Amino acid sequence: MKSDVILLGHGSGGSLSHQLLDEVIVPALSGLAPREQNDAALLAAVDGRLAFTTDSYVVDPLFFPGGNIGDLAVNGTVNDLAMVGARPLALSVGLILEEGFPLADLRRILVAMRAAADQAGVAIVTGDTKVVPRGKADRIFINTSGVGVCDHDFDIRGSRARPGDKILINGSIGDHGMAVLASREGLELESDIRSDSAPLNALVAALLTAVGAEIHALRDPTRGGVATTLKEIALQSGVDIVLDESALPITPAVAAACAILGLDPLYVANEGKCLVIVAPEAANAALTALLRHPEGRGTAIIGEVGPASSGRLLLRTAIGGLRAMEMLAGEQLPRIC
Amino acid sequence: MRYSSEFRDPGVARCLLDEIAATVQGADQTMTLMEVCGTHTMAIYQHGIRALLPPAIRLVSGPGCPVCVTPIGYVDHAVALARRPNTILATFGDMLRVPGSSSSLLREKAQGADIRIVYSPLDAVALAAKHPQQTVVFLGVGFETTAPTVAGSIVTAQSRGLHNYFVLTAHKTMPAPMAALTADPELQVDGYLCPAHVSAVIGATPYEELAAKHGVPCVITGFEPLDMLQGILLLARQVVAGEARVEIQYSRVVRPEGNKKALALLAEVFTPCAADWRGIGVIPGSGLALRSDWRAFDAAMQLPVNVEPAQEHPGCRCGEILKGQIGPRDCPLFRTVCTPEEPVGACMVSSEGTCAAEYKYGS
Repeated sequence: MKSDVILLGHGSGGSLSHQLLDEVIVPALSGLAPREQNDAALLAAVDGRLAFTTDSYVVDPLFFPGGNIGDLAVNGTVNDLAMVGARPLALSVGLILEEGFPLADLRRILVAMRAAADQAGVAIVTGDTKVVPRGKADRIFINTSGVGVCDHDFDIRGSRARPGDKILINGSIGDHGMAVLASREGLELESDIRSDSAPLNALVAALLTAVGAEIHALRDPTRGGVATTLKEIALQSGVDIVLDESALPITPAVAAACAILGLDPLYVANEGKCLVIVAPEAANAALTALLRHPEGRGTAIIGEVGPASSGRLLLRTAIGGLRAMEMLAGEQLPRIC
Repeated sequence: MRYSSEFRDPGVARCLLDEIAATVQGADQTMTLMEVCGTHTMAIYQHGIRALLPPAIRLVSGPGCPVCVTPIGYVDHAVALARRPNTILATFGDMLRVPGSSSSLLREKAQGADIRIVYSPLDAVALAAKHPQQTVVFLGVGFETTAPTVAGSIVTAQSRGLHNYFVLTAHKTMPAPMAALTADPELQVDGYLCPAHVSAVIGATPYEELAAKHGVPCVITGFEPLDMLQGILLLARQVVAGEARVEIQYSRVVRPEGNKKALALLAEVFTPCAADWRGIGVIPGSGLALRSDWRAFDAAMQLPVNVEPAQEHPGCRCGEILKGQIGPRDCPLFRTVCTPEEPVGACMVSSEGTCAAEYKYGS
């Protein structure tokens, strides 16, 4: 590659495009030799229900403590597959690059994507790259799609939360959103908050092996945070969900940053967390299975499912009060005083 | 979080609640306590405090949410400034969604205006230094907690020789609206939970007249749940005993004389002026205008724009809500046409607004 930035010609489909693909993108992501490349990837037939998902990534800044847009794009899609109990089989990667985007940044992002895919044990099998004129996109946008397979018959759905079920989360809340916010321009918040971006497929596999039949719902609390995600489940299942404020795992740094900015950690995004709704008799077994896993060392039981209702999310506060919580409306905006 | 879990201890909360119940037991009528500050309102909802109090104590929300008491004309003015060519409008996040007469800053941003959320007025000064060819306007909204930092930003801009930094001021001061509310015959406030951080700047003295002249007890109260409960207890004791004094519950931060440095900075840059409080009206001496020496930084004076005539939504009852006369659920727009996604009135916009708090946390 002669240029150290992305040029419009890199998306032309011509020789510059081939150069970018053959010298930078394909070696980093899949290593597939040019003579093996075709218009579509062929996947081997598998037994079981197929899961299919897609997600686009536009995070700003691109690089933040604990990760970058690349590993986020892989982990996010791997996790969406994991949340229906599927084992990831293959991913696609669509890149939209802005003219002038530094090649060094692209390489860093691709390296992170490959590392995340390797960690999750999934192959990137197909992709696409487009370049748009300067100002028509913000540096880099990534879309990933994923196919996975359910090797089991467990019925895991947002509408299956039942009265009495316990609610678990595999670690601290709000780390990703606050890591991204704290590294944004203009917010000089000195903190050691790192994104929790991580693939959760192995964690979910371990959980399903331990108590698969008793797992009623799984969901990753990404945008909108734990509160919005649990409110969705409460509505889908037609039950109350009661969270116990004093049981919520929140690191002192995240709690402090949220307090300074006037944000509620329950509405802050996570990228390596999973909410588990499990039958009460299996809650301890689920807790044990999660605690044993590297991504589950901070697991806690944070609440339970109450009676059938119109779908309320309630928080039992540390001092014993009770408050209802709604989905996040718009963006959380920092307050004035 | 260190240094805050201590103020959320359930055992101590129980003791305080028992004390409060014992204090008001046998009181012949309900006492109405007003929490003046928006952060108090949020804390009451956030910790579910209302449900824990005996029925004899009624909490009403006061005029202490800076976004909520900012008149609609100010938002229209900010919108007009945001439409100026070559202009960066810098603001705290809360102001973005406040609806003006026909637009909002969020809508202007979507249509291409350069509007930046900042976390400190000094960030806006930094923007001015970074973009010398552009005009940077900061929206100076807030009480004595915010105003000294805005004063500091103006002093900084001057010392750095920046001629492209301007402030559109709508700063307001306490406790003038509390005196106005006390004098309102429609309202019966038995005691004030006075704002915590405003009082860290102004101290306890400004409330003395309110207590002495109007006979309303005042307790400067912190924002953690145990602070709130202790503040309510101290107020209830005064009400039951028929006393009216100024007490400082939040003594770990607030000094009777306030923060002299911040007060000196305020006095250097600002001078009191009449201010229009949304829902309450114009109160003499309750706002802050730039002193004549600092007018070069006054956006209203230096950057003339055409501002559309202010027009409130006809059904909006923010005014009565801000005075504690009605609750959010008494407003016909609440939850029907006025929601956090599409707010009609300012009380639904700010995270500290009574309606936003009721929508978010009310069961």
